[in-house]
Amino acid sequence: MADAIDAAPVRAQASGAPLMEVQDLEAWYGESHVLHGVTLDIREGEVVTLLGRNGAGKTTTLRSIMGLVPRRAGSIRHAGQELINARSDVIARAGIAYCPEERGIFASLDVTENLMLPPVVRTGGMAVSEIYELFPNLKERARSQGTKLSGGEQQMLAIGRILRTGAKLLLLDEPSEGLAPVIVQQIGRTIRELKRRGFTVLLVEQNFRFAQTVADRHYVMEHGRVVDMVRNEDLNTSMDRLHAYLGV
Amino acid sequence: MLDLIENFLGIPAPLLFGQLLLGLINGAFYAMLSLGLAVIFGLLNIINFTHGAQFMMGAFVAWMLLAWGGLGYWWALLIAPLIVGATGVVIERLMISRLYKLDHLYGLLLTFGIGLMIEGVFRNEFGSSGLPYRIPPELSGAWDLGFMFMPIYRGWVVVFALVCCLATWLVIEKTRLGAYLRAATENAALVQAFGVNVPRMITLTYGAGVALAALAGVLAAPIYSVNPQMGTNLIIVVFAVVVIGGMGSILGSVITGFGLGIIEGFTKVFWPEASATVIFVIMAIVLLARPAGLFGRA
Repeated sequence: MADAIDAAPVRAQASGAPLMEVQDLEAWYGESHVLHGVTLDIREGEVVTLLGRNGAGKTTTLRSIMGLVPRRAGSIRHAGQELINARSDVIARAGIAYCPEERGIFASLDVTENLMLPPVVRTGGMAVSEIYELFPNLKERARSQGTKLSGGEQQMLAIGRILRTGAKLLLLDEPSEGLAPVIVQQIGRTIRELKRRGFTVLLVEQNFRFAQTVADRHYVMEHGRVVDMVRNEDLNTSMDRLHAYLGV
Repeated sequence: MLDLIENFLGIPAPLLFGQLLLGLINGAFYAMLSLGLAVIFGLLNIINFTHGAQFMMGAFVAWMLLAWGGLGYWWALLIAPLIVGATGVVIERLMISRLYKLDHLYGLLLTFGIGLMIEGVFRNEFGSSGLPYRIPPELSGAWDLGFMFMPIYRGWVVVFALVCCLATWLVIEKTRLGAYLRAATENAALVQAFGVNVPRMITLTYGAGVALAALAGVLAAPIYSVNPQMGTNLIIVVFAVVVIGGMGSILGSVITGFGLGIIEGFTKVFWPEASATVIFVIMAIVLLARPAGLFGRA
């Protein structure tokens, strides 16, 4: 699996104050308390992953940042703006874009309509032609119904459509999940290209060998908390620790 | 051709075409009303039982504009849907929006109750005998088509309703706003997480569906007498049309609306006693064979 992923890790080049600071984030689904105080930060231009076992709270962390959980507490500061009480459309308009785990491709829309759906929230988003350059398959399938695409193409569409909006912080939930190795490589190349273009990415991953090829830092989650942080360059020396957390 | 119909079926052609036209007129109202219901149901997941009352309000606002404001039919066609649509916006904001987290049944009960109250107020104010509303002079008279006389206003109603249905379909299927609507029907939370103000979109969609009902009410004012029950009588059939066509299907509600109007008209020719029940018989059969309706997604 690791051999299938060829590229070297991207060197950290992020600098400056954090673009987003999450502090003591808690979240509930009805009666069940899912997040118990998540604290993390992301600097501009960084690619940061959330690693952890199933049910550790990685997806809920992204959904909470996006305002998609019924109840949350703590603090989410993005570019100096507190978003903990903001509605999800306000959060999106602050410049945060979300690509859900289930991809969220709309069946009643064709590929072009899916691609053009998220409203532009800032100037400086990618042009449709650039997105097609990144994902040539999408151009060929422009008139297909969204859910008629293959899993890999749906993932490309789900990522591609949030690049148009001008949002600079991307929340990607397991973009490599369930895809063939060659497609996973393409997604990896895409994430490195997005970093090169100045996007900031918070990435949920189960597969830390994939995470290793794209990220600057890794947060490890357990039982609804962040329990550790590993820099990508320290990953090899921290392998035993990570194995213990992830049970691989 | 006409002789053939007369000889073969034993029915005078003017009677046949007269009923066909009547069926088309009724179908036009079925289509416009079920279209509004479909648009509202698609996004709000609420069966709007106030729809009949809002249709009636459209006719009454047209009457008031003329009687109290001196504004005629053409102005009413523009203003009445806006006024009634605005009342819909208020009802959605103040009341319906509080029920989205509950079972759909609550929305149904609430809108049913609001409908009864609106009709009660109008009955109290205007009585139940009905008020006259004249056909605008530009559309009065009839064309001689050779085999029958065609009242111009009735032709106008059919054409206007068809144009409204086509325009609504185009907006929903071919525009960016329509893409938002279709996407939000599937997954409203995600559309909102892309930065679309979904609560406002829901409010305006309800207002637009209500405005469509009111527009049909203005169209109906010169044909039916303007009275507080005019919506109740029609809406029961319209709900049957919606069930047959399939909840939430735009094209389905238009085709089913016109189709059932025509079937009802023909039934009046061939078996007059059955004409009041034929739609409900079809509804029962469709429900047994295809519970999601002819055009519905199962």
